[in-house]
Parts: sequence; structure tokens; C-alpha cells
Amino acid sequence: MTERKSIWVFIEHTDGQIADVCLELTGKARELADQLGYDVVGLLCGHNVESLAQEVIHHGADRVLLADDPELAVYRTLPYARVAIDEARRRKPEIFLIGGTPNGRDFAPRVASALRCGLTADCTDLQIGDYYVKKEDKTYKNLLYQIRPAFGGNLIATIVNPNTRPQMATVREGVMRKPAADAGRTGTVEAVTPSFEPGDFALEVLSRQVRKSTVKLKDAPVIVSGGAGISSAEEFALLQDLANLLGGEVGASRAAVDAGMIDRAHQVGQTGTTVRPRLYIAAGISGAIQHRAGMDQSSKIIAINTDPNAPMFQIAHYRIVGDAGEVLPLIIKTLRERSMEQRDPE
Amino acid sequence: MSDSRPIHCVVLVKQVPDTHNITGEVMTKDGTMNRGALPAIFNPEDLNALEMALQIKDRHGGTVTVITMGPPKAANILRESLFRGADKVVLLTDRKFAGADTLATSYALQCAVQKLGRFDLVLCGRQAIDGDTAQVGPQTAEKLGIPQITYAESIIEIADGKVTAQRAFDSGTEIVRCQMPCLLTVVGTANTPRPASVRRRMEHKLAAAPGEYTALRAQWPEFETDAALDEYLTRHDLKIPVWTAEDVGATEGSIGLAGSPTQVHKINFVVLESTESKTISPTPEAIAAMVAELVHEYIVG
Repeated sequence: MTERKSIWVFIEHTDGQIADVCLELTGKARELADQLGYDVVGLLCGHNVESLAQEVIHHGADRVLLADDPELAVYRTLPYARVAIDEARRRKPEIFLIGGTPNGRDFAPRVASALRCGLTADCTDLQIGDYYVKKEDKTYKNLLYQIRPAFGGNLIATIVNPNTRPQMATVREGVMRKPAADAGRTGTVEAVTPSFEPGDFALEVLSRQVRKSTVKLKDAPVIVSGGAGISSAEEFALLQDLANLLGGEVGASRAAVDAGMIDRAHQVGQTGTTVRPRLYIAAGISGAIQHRAGMDQSSKIIAINTDPNAPMFQIAHYRIVGDAGEVLPLIIKTLRERSMEQRDPE
Repeated sequence: MSDSRPIHCVVLVKQVPDTHNITGEVMTKDGTMNRGALPAIFNPEDLNALEMALQIKDRHGGTVTVITMGPPKAANILRESLFRGADKVVLLTDRKFAGADTLATSYALQCAVQKLGRFDLVLCGRQAIDGDTAQVGPQTAEKLGIPQITYAESIIEIADGKVTAQRAFDSGTEIVRCQMPCLLTVVGTANTPRPASVRRRMEHKLAAAPGEYTALRAQWPEFETDAALDEYLTRHDLKIPVWTAEDVGATEGSIGLAGSPTQVHKINFVVLESTESKTISPTPEAIAAMVAELVHEYIVG
């Protein structure tokens, strides 16, 4: 079977709703595909999910491969991977993008291993470019540049897979912008029939509890984040006070999460949530690249740190060299006084 | 009531650079890293995986075998594993493994696990702190042809050849039942790893791989030759076995750099964009002025 070269996006969904990250990736895939003259294909597995296919098309896909089967009703590694592996072997996509969700990160390595192809986790950017290998004196054209902060925090690595296909990458939610839906876009939906093997059902899901996250970092207009420089629960409570006053949410660096100061749901950064608030206050966060990659698009950044050389200061609009435990109360006090004045006009 | 069959666990662990103390000099020109430049530690979530295996052994009997792939000094975390209760450890080391990405790593681990023979469960940490990819666990499961339970937080039951476990992620939890053998990746909230036992530390303080004999003999001059030390360690079951690529039957084209489909195209030092910025003194007046400015710009309502 000859098909046009394609970029695939794994379409993950729960309770009839497509995960935002998958639509974000569909938009990115569209951009890359237009550059290359490829098709964008959504891979949609589930049961009674045909209605979701049009949404994928409206966000930029040319085609949707639809595997609709009772065995695919809830995500399980092996049945889902079976569909992806079989279809990828048959149709040979050039690129395969997967959302960096818990399920996406369970699925992608399983598929990559079976296809014996390269996979890069948590990319913060995807581009198309060439790759010259001196040893072979050969230039590989139009590879997927999989760009991610690397080990070390001071470095950004560009990873390529010159010899294997598909070129696979996972990307966290919020890293790419979700395109607006275009209800006028049309595309085709092609049903595929899974050919399961008995071993694919080795695991059964007995129960599932979805925690409705009360943390809405991604869309918060203001985020007040704490890091390793916040040394006590009292100081962390100041972040919450300030966030409440500003109508925002509390965020955290990985250091604060690892220290047990706050739940991981609050983590901002490459392996946490990527945010673009109107105002980002970084209190006691030194600013490792993994953290900055998740917040450097914020409109205004206030950095508070005792270390005048903290990297965070280099991207901050307001630099306050001082102890967060002393500076935060000053900001809180100023805001309280302002709101008092507004409530009680003289 | 769970069945009484003993459960044989294999735990895959990794020695990682302590990423809390990182400088730019640890990356080499070809984009791989110079691990020597950083203190090396037991990957935190691998300790949780080891603890989960030890608890299974406490409850069901069986064995806990720990395998690490890494440079010779990764024997340190194998000793740590022995101190905590592992029955057997294996050091998978070979220059040919160097530069492996997650795919080549999982292949080497598959070969090592298969060489061990029979097992019921393979456990590893959810991810390693030096890469945070969380890929090696699922890739190893795929290569072994066994199912996987990622993000395992607790074992609820092992019975009738099946393991029931709770998975935990940000968005909720899931309880799954899976046929054994299978592979679990374990999250940091699963348990509190037990400390090294004093008795086991005494018993295993000499445990060493052949590559460490010279250093060990400097500490224990009573062993006059490597052969004498080797004989002693072998007799007391303290010799850490070292397996090479050849020992585990790994095909050369599938390991190390050659077996890694991902290549590093380039490494950029991050140039921070300089923004128009102001330095604010931590005084009430300066803070009030800053807040006023933010209000004026409609950043703060």
C-alpha cells in the first residue's frame, strides 16, 4: 500500500473528551506537515468514539485512523499498542507524536521498542531540519529536530533519528499552542480493524478513580511559585495568601515538590505544567532550564531570590534580591492596603 | 488469602549523577555525559522498586536479584542493594554498552534478565533523575514480551499467577490485575525504602566486582594477590558477578551508540534572553511602587 508520507498524532481521550495536548500536537503536526508536504493523521483508538474524529480533523488532521472496538474502551497498554504497532508497520509514518500524559508515556516507549525506533521524551520544541554525518559524509534531509533541555540544565539538546522511522517524540501539555478549531475543515475517517492476540489481554483494569484536579495552573492568570528557597510550611502559606489576593494559583519548582512542600500537581516546568500567565512570581526559585522552559513565556515575571546570580533573574522583569520570607509579606501588605483603599474610598 | 508460592523478583537499578549539583562541564562534545564529574547516587525511585521487591519477598518468600547496567563503579549501588536485603546482584558492564539510548539500554537489560532465567516480576523505578524519560521500563517489558504496569504505587495482592496493583498518577489512580510475569515501574510515593541493615552491611562490606580488587586490596593488605582475594570472595559468596555484552549474548549492532536510533545533533548552551528588567529593593516603598506599576499596566487587577 502506498500512502502519502505522514505525521501521526496519538489521540488520547477520557470520558468522550480529547486531551488538550493531542489537539495541540495536531496543530503542531499540521505546521510541520505543511512544511514537508505530508499528511497529518490522527490515530484514534476507543469504543464509540467516532464522533471525536471530526474534532481531530477540525484541528488540522487530513485523516483519522479509527480503531473502534469494545476491547479499546479504556486505555490499556497492550491492546492500544497493538493497533499502533500494526498500523505503523503497514503504513510507515515518518513522524509519530504522543502527548506526554501518564498514558502517553506508558504507550510511546512500548510502541517505539516494538518498532525499534528512536523516541525522545518531553520535547519543548519540534522543528524540521537537516543532519550532516561527517563519518558517512552524508546529509539526512528534513529530519524531525526533537529539542529538549538536557541533563545539566544549562543545555538544550537537539535529538534526531536519522535511520529509523517513525521519528517519535512525546510533548507535555501546554508546550504547543492549541489551534482554533476550523469547522469547515474536511478530512477522511478510515476504520481499521485491530487484530489482537490473546496475550494482549493479560491486564484488566478493575477500577479507576479520576481525581478532578483542583489545581488549574495552565489557565491561571497569575501564578505564585515557590522553590528550594522556601524553607518552611509557613513561608509556603505566604505563596497561597498572595495567590489568593491576586486571583491566581500556587506553583512550585521541582525542588519544592521533591522536598515534599507541595503536591506534584503544582509543578511548573518541563516535567510539570507549562504555563503562560499574565504574571509569574518566582519566589526562591533559582531557575533551572527545566523550570524556565515551563514559564518563560509569562507576560511579566517577578523573581525573588537571595542569590543575585540566580538564572531566574536573567529572564525576570522585576528582580528582587532578598529573602522570599520577608519580601512576600511586603507584597501581600501592599496589596491588602490597596484593596482596603478601593473598598473604602475617601 | 494469597497463594504461598515464592515470588522471584528482578530489580533493575541505575546509578545516576546527583542532578542537584550540575555544571556545564559534565557534557562531552558528542553530547553524552561525563558522569565522572558528578557525585553518583542510587536513582531514588529505583530504591522504591527495590523496597517493593523486598516487601514481596518478606510476604511471599522467593528471591530478589538486582541488576545494574553501568560503569564499573556502579557496583556501589549493588553493594547498597545487598546491605538492604538483595539476595543476588549482577553488574552489567562493558565499554560496548557506552552511549546507549533508552532502546539500546532496554535491549541489554532484556538480555541480562533472560540470562538469569526464571522470574515472576521485574521491577524498576518509574524514571531516572538524569534523563526523566521513563522509557526504559516499558521498553524492557516489550523486549521481554511481558505486560507492564507503570506508575505502580502498591501491590494489593499476588495470587493465582496474577499481581493486583494500584497505579498512581496526577490525574487519579487505577487498580489493575495482570498475569505474571510482568514488569512494574514504581513511583516514589510507593514506600519508604528501608535503610541498610547493620548486620547485612557487616556481612557484605567486602562484596566486590573484580574491577575493584586493586582498590580493595589497598584497604585490606592481608590479601596479597587478586587471586587470593578472588578465592576468598568466591568462597564467601561476596564476588559481584560482572556480565559483559558477550556474556549476555547481546548482538553488537543493537547495543551502545551503534544500537541507539537517537543521535544528538547538537547541544546549545542556553542563552537567556535579556529582558527589560528592573531591580527592586526589598523595601516597602519600592515594592509598593512595583505593585502600582503592575496595576497601571493591568497586570494586577
